[in-house]
Amino acid sequence: MSSVLLDARSLVKNFGGLTAVANVSVHFDQNELVGLIGPNGAGKTTLFNLLTGETPVSSGSISLATDRGVQSLNGRSPAQIAQAGISRTFQNIRLFKELTVLDNVRIAMTNHYREGFLTSILRLPKYYRTEREMTAAAQRLLAIFDLTAVADQPAKNLPYGTQRRLEIVRALATKPKLLFLDEPAAGMNPEETADLTRLIRQIQHDFHITVVLIEHDMSLVMDVCERLYVLEHGGLLATGTPAEIQRDPAVIKAYLGGD
Amino acid sequence: MRFSSRVKSNLAWLGVMVSGFVIIDGLEVARVINPFIENMLVTIGINVILAVGLNLIIGFAGQFSLGHAGFMAIGAYATGIMTQTMSTPLGFFLSMGVGMVLAMVAAVIVGIPTLRLRGDYLAIATMGAAEIIRILINNLKITNGAAGLFNIPALVSWATVYVLMCVTTLVTVNFIHSRGGRAVMAVREDELAAGAMGINTTRWKLAAFVFGAATAAIGGSLHAAYIQTIAPDDFNIMASIAILIIVVLGGVGSITGTFVAAIVLSVLDTVLQNFGTIRMIIYSLALILIMIFKPTGLLGSWEFSFKRVFSRREVTSHE
Repeated sequence: MSSVLLDARSLVKNFGGLTAVANVSVHFDQNELVGLIGPNGAGKTTLFNLLTGETPVSSGSISLATDRGVQSLNGRSPAQIAQAGISRTFQNIRLFKELTVLDNVRIAMTNHYREGFLTSILRLPKYYRTEREMTAAAQRLLAIFDLTAVADQPAKNLPYGTQRRLEIVRALATKPKLLFLDEPAAGMNPEETADLTRLIRQIQHDFHITVVLIEHDMSLVMDVCERLYVLEHGGLLATGTPAEIQRDPAVIKAYLGGD
Repeated sequence: MRFSSRVKSNLAWLGVMVSGFVIIDGLEVARVINPFIENMLVTIGINVILAVGLNLIIGFAGQFSLGHAGFMAIGAYATGIMTQTMSTPLGFFLSMGVGMVLAMVAAVIVGIPTLRLRGDYLAIATMGAAEIIRILINNLKITNGAAGLFNIPALVSWATVYVLMCVTTLVTVNFIHSRGGRAVMAVREDELAAGAMGINTTRWKLAAFVFGAATAAIGGSLHAAYIQTIAPDDFNIMASIAILIIVVLGGVGSITGTFVAAIVLSVLDTVLQNFGTIRMIIYSLALILIMIFKPTGLLGSWEFSFKRVFSRREVTSHE
């Protein structure tokens, strides 16, 4: 029996007169792989932004099961939510472009290491120890995802698919319980998408975390996801296993049209 | 025993700093350095301190501040006022400490509302804040208003400036290469992504701003105690821009560049004094030419590193 990790109830987001997300309730369980699909403009990314604190909710409640019990995420900043255990990637890659691959990963570890101001400016032994530990942890993570060879390159020099992979690695470096992937396969060729499919499974399995992805590539979604939410016009249209969703008449109508 | 490149690099920097001191001291004793050249050297030192701090704010934290002279003024006046009654070296360092604390408090007060602004807006807001500081000083009794302070005790020699320049630079560089420095650079690169990675963006931006303000106060204190006279107009917008020019010319995000630019500009300024009125034309022309042919500054974001030199040599010797 899996327990609920994140529970969002009756989320509403209005942008002026436009309701981008209308009364959506979703929940993600521990170690689950969930897909969020829907036509363009259905409110998928807005829902991600609400859950990660990027945009404040108009109404509704979000709670996350953490080590210190269930916590409400309402009104928390993105940084606080990230510290509580939610990490994400972005639809249009947002790496720290001028910084090295290694630094991109080490930055995401900032909150897991304590290093006082005096320790770092005086370069006390603790500074060297913390730096060594951080670098070693980052190198381990890079090795798992085949990025060791490019560790000292600026992130902007990497090929597109590798940048997407680095963004996922950076998100994992924050040690999340819940990972949101916003269109991870966008702009990838079939071969890269197949690699990504393996990668997502590996993350769910090896890191024991919950992965939620927004994706338009149906072969990927139907392949990896255990459960799907379908959004349309800001509302929840359907939910269920990939097989159920493929048979759902309302979903077929939303995607293919018809009366 | 073989030393690691880290130990060798630290020793090399220590060597550079000590030999710099010994060379200048030797030239002083040999009377090669006259008061005129010493004045130039001290100006270089103070400019380095000011520009290193501003480079942390602009180049590493990515926050465009035009108010550096305001924080410099706080340090200068703290020293100018306090050393009137405490005319000892200890009194100077005490006044410098007070100046730093006051500048940091001012930076927190200015930073919290303004650091949410970006680019041009932040520049204008910080410029306004510096003007407020200047006008306050202009109208207070304790600062002697527009006339300023003179006969400030000469408690600072070139050696004090040299040592404080080394200390400020070391502390800044060490900060940049720490967890905090990387967090600050993450905010510069992409504030949204930094936040999503759990980095408290407001806190780190403010940290860099307050750090920069403290170094500006050090520069101000040294300026007051070396030049011995200060007036509110020494810390107007042109003073902020003069520091900005050093940062931009040397390369935004390069501490090495800041050193090079501070030296080049001071030497240029001194040499051109023989040219009379066309001095400013040549000076400005030099600035324009550098910006045309090297828009990222003399060194861009390149940084000299002994560690890299040593580890490269190790690699070649293995081959």
